[in-house]
Amino acid sequence: MIHRLIPLGVFIALVGLLGFGIWWNTHHEMTEVPSPLIGKPAPEFTLPLLYEADKTLSGKELLGTPYLLNVFGSWCPTCQYEHPILTGQIKPLGIKLIGLDWKDEPADAKRWIEQFGNPYDVVITDRDGRAGIDFGVYMAPETFLVDAKGVVRYKRIGMFTPENIRDELLPKIKELTGNNAKKGSP
Amino acid sequence: MSLRAPSLLPFPCEAGEGARRAEGGESRESAPFRLRHLPPPAGEGKMISTQTATPSSWPSGVLLRSVILVACMLAALFSTPVHAIDPLPFKDRAEEVRFQNLTRQLRCLVCQNQDLADSDADLAKDLRKQVFEMMQSGKSDAQIKEYLVARYNDFVLYDPPLKPGTWLLWFLPFALLIIGAFVVARILRRRASQASGDASTAVESGDDW
Repeated sequence: MIHRLIPLGVFIALVGLLGFGIWWNTHHEMTEVPSPLIGKPAPEFTLPLLYEADKTLSGKELLGTPYLLNVFGSWCPTCQYEHPILTGQIKPLGIKLIGLDWKDEPADAKRWIEQFGNPYDVVITDRDGRAGIDFGVYMAPETFLVDAKGVVRYKRIGMFTPENIRDELLPKIKELTGNNAKKGSP
Repeated sequence: MSLRAPSLLPFPCEAGEGARRAEGGESRESAPFRLRHLPPPAGEGKMISTQTATPSSWPSGVLLRSVILVACMLAALFSTPVHAIDPLPFKDRAEEVRFQNLTRQLRCLVCQNQDLADSDADLAKDLRKQVFEMMQSGKSDAQIKEYLVARYNDFVLYDPPLKPGTWLLWFLPFALLIIGAFVVARILRRRASQASGDASTAVESGDDW
């Protein structure tokens, strides 16, 4: 008798498996490539500043304070949508915000920033995209949270939304800065 | 305000301007945005090798024309498919073949169902250049793969490596095959014993499914 129930059991297991697949796909971005850099030192870089092209900024100079590295480009429409979120919600968090102008012409980037405003503490340029490759960037915007020791703690692929600032970024920043973290406005 | 991150386009290689609508959670607020954007398309076009040189004046005559037509078709038939080849200065044919083989084992991060050899995405172009330069500096295929995996995860490899995290992927099909074989063997054995039982004493009760 119990043997007759086996096909039903198999069927239910299959339904469960497929249902889980559907649930998983609706809650996860399937094209997202998780960064292997999380928990590892950020790749070394030395890149020219957008506004003072004769000066450079390197990863070593940034040791000591946690920072966010936001990869953007003037060619990237999504970065435009993210821009007010950077200005309105991430900048008030008080964490150092560095813009990495990726695969872009400095003149275009300047125009872009002039048009929308500058949420960044400093903007560095990566014209040929090498530094981007070292960081494992494959789309824009992407944002890395790097701690005071230069270790990558979190990566956001795609634009920030108020929800993932509240649920993901803010807790990570609080971990880094302890009680000193300013209250954000998620 | 609650915005749910919209999923990416099914074909992320289209850099089309379809502003996606974000479906709001409770507030149903919809703002046109796309979650991310791809690097700009490649500036240079593909380098397409011309198979036949065109003479300045075509010889007349139907026969000649059809011969030329057939020749062109044959040339097209036997020519190797043109990939998104950048004009890279290969030393020799062997190096080019090695490059092609290697980039065919690597996934394009932008067009995720394309290999690096095939993709025309701008990032793929950069990565091909990177691979080429690493080849030039004497790096082995394994070193180049390692370099990319360190940045983009195992995902860049079309052939997933065998390690604890991928055991399920590698061995589940075989495990299922073995389980299936056991089940079939059991059923067959039972049927066989049933048949022999029927022939002699016919006592076997039980399942007949």
